[in-house]
Amino acid sequence: MIEVKGVSFTYPNGVEALREVSLTIHDGEFVAIMGQNGAGKTTLVKQFNGLLKPTRGEIFVDGVNTRKVSVATLARKVGFVFQNPDHQLFCETVEDEVAFALRNFGFEESTIKKRVAWALNLLDLTEYRETSPFMLSGGERKRVALASVLAWNPKVVVLDEPTIGQDHKQKEKLRQFIVQLIAQRKTVIIVTHDVEFVAECNSHVVLMAQGKIVAKGSAKQMLTNSALVTQASIVSPQITQIFLELADLGMPIDLINIHEAREALLNFLEVDS
Amino acid sequence: MSVFDGLRFRRGSSPIHQLDPRAKFFYVIVMFVVAVLFNELLPLVVLFLIQIPFVFVARVQREWIRSLRGAAFLAIIIFGFNFLFTYLSGQYELSYVLERSFAMSLRFIVLVESFSVFFLTTSPDHLGLALEQSHVPYEFCFAFTTAVRFVPVLAEEAQTIMDAQKTRGLELERGNFIKRIRNYIPILIPLIVNAIRRSLELAEAMESRAWGATEKRTNLYVLKLKKSDYVLALLSILLLVLAVYIRLFLPVPQLGVVLRI
Ligand SMILES: Nc1ncnc2c1ncn2[C@@H]1O[C@H](COP(=O)(O)OP(=O)(O)OP(=O)(O)O)[C@@H](O)[C@H]1O
Ligand SMILES: [Mg+2]
Repeated sequence: MIEVKGVSFTYPNGVEALREVSLTIHDGEFVAIMGQNGAGKTTLVKQFNGLLKPTRGEIFVDGVNTRKVSVATLARKVGFVFQNPDHQLFCETVEDEVAFALRNFGFEESTIKKRVAWALNLLDLTEYRETSPFMLSGGERKRVALASVLAWNPKVVVLDEPTIGQDHKQKEKLRQFIVQLIAQRKTVIIVTHDVEFVAECNSHVVLMAQGKIVAKGSAKQMLTNSALVTQASIVSPQITQIFLELADLGMPIDLINIHEAREALLNFLEVDS
Repeated sequence: MSVFDGLRFRRGSSPIHQLDPRAKFFYVIVMFVVAVLFNELLPLVVLFLIQIPFVFVARVQREWIRSLRGAAFLAIIIFGFNFLFTYLSGQYELSYVLERSFAMSLRFIVLVESFSVFFLTTSPDHLGLALEQSHVPYEFCFAFTTAVRFVPVLAEEAQTIMDAQKTRGLELERGNFIKRIRNYIPILIPLIVNAIRRSLELAEAMESRAWGATEKRTNLYVLKLKKSDYVLALLSILLLVLAVYIRLFLPVPQLGVVLRI
């Protein structure tokens, strides 16, 4: 469980990136943090594994105050995949890259082998085992970064902009993969601008604007509320927009993804005929 | 990263900021030469002290101290090595070895000090302009100013990379001396790769925006040497002449000996 209690954060240059943020994320919860550029999303999630410590307020990860432990200790529990994979890739092969953290955490060599193979397979990277990460495409590098974190099986997974640069197939795999993680009672926190992805995942949504949390609720509550959507400078999913346009035909207006739309349309056609 | 921070230009309007970059650069060169001329402690202490007024006139004390703090680590290493090797050679007595080793690290500090004053008070734009007016080809001027301008960007990026590797369990302060140096590999490689990648991208972006299309460039601002610039240059020359004279014709006493008198 992650508890954020009245956290404010100011960067050394004086930018106040978080103001009095309070938030609780339970075990096994799937949360998408959304909001405009510069809203403070990355700053907030960096507090979860202790990379940044609150200027005021406190953060507890499973009851442990993040001020009291090192990043390496927290990282064992909270895996964090950075926005830009190029900030972490440095090994000669993809395989070594994925094994790097496992070696740091002192896993045994036989376990490392197994976990690396598992993570590479999971992210469709097995064929690149021996390739240099620098030779891969942007989307593939992103997946290597993801694999290198998932490999140690952290309890909480934080993904900063995971869908950027991923083709449709990989996005869908990512979604299924997150569903799998949730099924294993892991906590997944994503930072994203991809409303369609969030609508499809049907996660919880935390909306942020100007360093504050504007609202938290289900994807449906958040993405169909036009006042909130405007405040956080995002747009509703296209499905929601279409059904909003069709409201005077008597269509429901609180739909966010294709499955719901299909149901609604079928119902509507049945009633009609 | 505080070393870089201590070299980063801050806009200001002190007399030092308004000096011509060429005059200031000449002063830095003279400082450099004079510092290398002496390996005795006494003159280096003098060199260190005479620069302090500049720092205060330019009102960059805080940044300046930060750059010195950043340099302190290397200075200590320099001290250590000099001490070790001169002392082990067994030819000198302790007080001499101490003074000599201290002089070597102070020399480094003096160099950092003068560079820090120069970069803290000279905007990259003026620097580029000064180079251009000294008939350095524009490509080189551009490369130089871009490099200077990217230093803070690199510093910031290094921080992000450090964060990323820390989340993967890297502990920089773990292990013996050799291990600690090796710990920096996961930080240096992405930093270098990104810098190269960025420069290639920058080149492509610039060429697609017609960089170098006009053969002859003109500038909106033209630098002109003022009276104060000549004064600084003159003072620098005097210092240089004095230093060379002392070096050639006068013995430089040990500081310890001077203080005991
Ligand atoms: N290292 C830093 N030093 C100083 N200010 C920073 C730093 N990183 C971010 N900021 C500032 O803090 C604020 C919040 O930034 P943050 O990166 O958390 O935004 P974000 O919500 O992740 O935005 P984006 O959607 O663009 O990723 C911004 O105003 C930004 O300029
Ligand atoms: Mg961000």
